[in-house]
Amino acid sequence: MPVLTDTVNIIVPCGSLGAGVRESEVAWGLAQGAHAFATDAGSTDSGAAYLAQGVSKNNRASVKRDLQILMRAQASAGIPIIIGTAGQAGGDMNVDWTSDIVIEVAEELEYSPRIALLYSELDRAQVKALNARGRIAPLAPKGPLDDSTVDKCDHIVAAMGVEPFIEALQHGADIIIAGRSTDTAVLACYPIWRGASWGAAWHAGKVGECGVQCAADPSRGSGVLLRVGADGFRVEPLSQDNRCTPHSVSAHMLYENKDPFRLVEPGGVLDVTNARYIQVDERTVEVTGSVWEQAPYTLKLEGAGAGPYQTLMLVGIQDPDVLNDVDGFHDRLLYALNRRVQRSIPADQLGEYHISLRLYGWNAVSGDTVPAGTPPPREIGVLFVATAATQELADDIARCCNPYFFHFPSVPDKELPSYGFPFSPAQVSRGQVYEFLLNHVVSTEDPLELIRIEWADARGDRRRVG
Amino acid sequence: MSVKVGDVCRHVRSKQAGPFWVTIDLFFDGAENYEKYHKHPALSPALIEKLYGAPADQVGFYHVDDLAVVKISYPRASVQGGMVERDLHSGQQYVRLLDVELT
Repeated sequence: MPVLTDTVNIIVPCGSLGAGVRESEVAWGLAQGAHAFATDAGSTDSGAAYLAQGVSKNNRASVKRDLQILMRAQASAGIPIIIGTAGQAGGDMNVDWTSDIVIEVAEELEYSPRIALLYSELDRAQVKALNARGRIAPLAPKGPLDDSTVDKCDHIVAAMGVEPFIEALQHGADIIIAGRSTDTAVLACYPIWRGASWGAAWHAGKVGECGVQCAADPSRGSGVLLRVGADGFRVEPLSQDNRCTPHSVSAHMLYENKDPFRLVEPGGVLDVTNARYIQVDERTVEVTGSVWEQAPYTLKLEGAGAGPYQTLMLVGIQDPDVLNDVDGFHDRLLYALNRRVQRSIPADQLGEYHISLRLYGWNAVSGDTVPAGTPPPREIGVLFVATAATQELADDIARCCNPYFFHFPSVPDKELPSYGFPFSPAQVSRGQVYEFLLNHVVSTEDPLELIRIEWADARGDRRRVG
Repeated sequence: MSVKVGDVCRHVRSKQAGPFWVTIDLFFDGAENYEKYHKHPALSPALIEKLYGAPADQVGFYHVDDLAVVKISYPRASVQGGMVERDLHSGQQYVRLLDVELT
């Protein structure tokens, strides 16, 4: 078996920036001769709201705490910190939010890292123009893109590959804060820049993208160390009481991934069909045989837009009459609520609206019909969701429904029941419904064409490079 | 005796694979049951269409022999985070597969 020599060593300190970097893990990784830190800071997993609103899912203090640990280590070790998909969604606002924290920490630590900001947000006119030139193609299950869909997007980003990161590294970046990037590119860029095998680097990136998730016990520790060479890579957890196994590492190719063998990335496809996973010591797995197939360069687009507004109410019910006929209660209550709304709010004000009742403890998660003969639950929580064109209207619908939702009897001729509201006021204005509207790729011959690179320093001044 | 998916797998999980796709991993409990059931006719695109409303011709089945895993990927029938969302991360979608009979 060839021994990996001259590896490029990457500390992936956590699955996502803000999740909880550990100082002891970082210290151990540095002692192994790490060349860079790399981590993503978000994904689309938690929905479109973060891109549409340009806000982070993580709280500022958690992100700042992780950055403090990494930047303190950087101030002494002098190795780059690479962050992708900044601020959860990687839009320009998410990048700026993150860069403000980075600058604040640098000033607190009294050092002046060279900070590269990689922006990949596209404005609507730009996307329409690219589409008109035939450069945007749909991915299944979406169809061709039309202008009206673009207009519904509040923010649109392109997921970067490794090239913009490499450009920033070549210009001496100490810290890279990138907008939307593929999870893998964030980890693969530095080894590729330093001459590692593309197949090994991309595969290492996929294995490490969720930090300790690729280890045997994902609950022990936070990060992993990747050593990427010319023929393959090695991966081990940063936490000494955990280990990687061929199974834990190879199984990570399945995670949140459509195809377990082939991963499409900007400029190519990672093919791991013939990858070999070998346990080289108690804690470390070596992977060889990963192949990078070059392909025409495309960037995946993500666009998020806001829809109608919602208002919530919740009651808990233990009333035996309700629990003995949960489905009948649901149907009668929903009918009564809709009738009440339509009689109380003039149609021209009401417009298009929707009410749904989700019966937690019965069938809220599946929405399926419960099989006949299922015994009554001990209690249920009924979540009321009103959807309407404005927040005021959704709130109004909830207020209008409140007395029925509170007192609706399951059987006639009994004193009106009062169900268990946990809150006063009863209704919670939830804001808008957000959706991802694009599932398309844009083709480009120049990986940097759609990316803007800016530089910031600890005084917060910015200038454009090149 | 009827055998169900949940009886021959040590772990079954579901998760979103991007905003438009769901992926389910069936980790069989060993090579023997994997060999016996991984190409079972009940595990078909038609089943996924019936359970999840995904068009059968867009459903992908992948056999990962080394891990004794069958992976199933299908497009989401409703928009992630939409008006009637019940499972944003699709993390509960696997449950209705557990009782599928393999006989």
